[in-house]
Amino acid sequence: MTAAAVAARVADPELPMLTLADLGILRGVDESGDGVVVTITPTYSGCPAMQTIQDDLTDALHGAGYARVEVRTVLTPAWTTDWITAAGRDKLVAAGISPPGAAPRRASGPVPLTLVPRRRAIACPQCGSPDTEEIAAFSATACRSLRRCPVCREPFEHVKEI
Amino acid sequence: MSFDAAYEALTDHDDDARWAYGTGFTDPLAGVESAVPQGVDRGDLTAYCLALGDDALIMSHRLQQWVTRAPELEDELALANIALDLLGQARLLLSRAAEVEDAGRDEDALAYLRDAAEFRNVRLVERADADFAHLVARLLVFATWRLALLDGLSASADPVLAAIGAKGVKEVTYHRDYAAQWVVRLGDGTEISHARMQSAIDAVTPLIDELFRPDQTELRLAAGPVAGGAAGSAVGPIAGSAAGRAAGSAAGPVAGPVAVDPSTLRSEFDAVWSQVLEAATLHAAPPEDAPSAVPAQAAGSAGPAPGGAGHDPAGRAALAGSGRDGLHTAELTGILAELQSVARSLPGGVW
Repeated sequence: MTAAAVAARVADPELPMLTLADLGILRGVDESGDGVVVTITPTYSGCPAMQTIQDDLTDALHGAGYARVEVRTVLTPAWTTDWITAAGRDKLVAAGISPPGAAPRRASGPVPLTLVPRRRAIACPQCGSPDTEEIAAFSATACRSLRRCPVCREPFEHVKEI
Repeated sequence: MSFDAAYEALTDHDDDARWAYGTGFTDPLAGVESAVPQGVDRGDLTAYCLALGDDALIMSHRLQQWVTRAPELEDELALANIALDLLGQARLLLSRAAEVEDAGRDEDALAYLRDAAEFRNVRLVERADADFAHLVARLLVFATWRLALLDGLSASADPVLAAIGAKGVKEVTYHRDYAAQWVVRLGDGTEISHARMQSAIDAVTPLIDELFRPDQTELRLAAGPVAGGAAGSAVGPIAGSAAGRAAGSAAGPVAGPVAVDPSTLRSEFDAVWSQVLEAATLHAAPPEDAPSAVPAQAAGSAGPAPGGAGHDPAGRAALAGSGRDGLHTAELTGILAELQSVARSLPGGVW
């Protein structure tokens, strides 16, 4: 198996139903001889999983026979939820988590303020009802918000667009 | 694993022996392009990264103090997440400061082994919150200011600052929305919540001016490179909302200013502040009604005289000068006593 294929199969520690490739944080895998350089990017600045991700990548590549493994971090371009793959989105829904919509595109000028949570058509991942409401903009991790479905009355998490 | 080896299991990842953070942490800038742009003074860049990092570190600590005290579980999570984002920004900025300083200190040494007089954060982030209304008022001021600042920073000629800025904008956008929505909910709420929210707005107002007062380091870095700027580059202070977003993508010859002159951010701040207060049926505190200001003191004998402003008996001068000059309230000493206690009492300790 190529180093890229090994790295792409490593699971994300916070959203283990996704691989690092599904999440879009695996930015590059370069092989040279028996060495591999893997490049990753954090989702959020304070992401506490970065060290675990580095360790998991190193362990997986060592296990696949690559003796020298270096994991590098890039900060730019900043991660966006648009990089979550189609397969990743399907896995989120299967796990009861609502996938992100398109990340906000900014016109020039100051970042717009949102005083009232926008009414958005985010479907319930449990029953498919199209009209759900936000409970809180932050949930178990910074990348998810908490919503509820008025039809099946279940709360669910939504991956926030950034 | 036997019980005898329980502690070893905590440290089995690698031979990283960082104290106080525990183990298993690595430099958050590991592998990030680290060259300092040509023509940029290393001392200035170190001081600037420290100041922005200290703002995030101390604000994060104050937010962490709300954990287990927030009114609802959802707000507990929100505040913890916001604190974590800011802690991440602080780690990146302090690591950048350590890297540019190149004096053998790392992010831990900068966070845990400096005294109050060496911190460069604005005094807004030191303030203890009397209640939840005070917290959301302070967070709104902080996030509105920092969002504009990070947005401008995303065009910095320093590639690391530009990356931290661009990433932070996405995070702080959510922080500002969270605070603004609470200010509106409480201000436009019941008679009691309105009165308490207004009182919080009044209390935070004397802390605002300092945020927009540039210090000499910021002015020098905002003015552009000392020499050797790329031919034809328009050199001038970075205006607020990131005019030239493409800048800063390449290391090498400096392409423009490194820092944001905070005085250029005031109009964006004022527009958002007015918009939120109006929606919240609150009013801005008139300056002459400013409640007794926080007594400022130079936190150490080395504190420079702030700006040479004369004493103003009305009390507003109590907030002359700036935390950027090492001028802090006594509250910072208390924060550091807590933040640094493990690292100071067990120097070099590993767990």
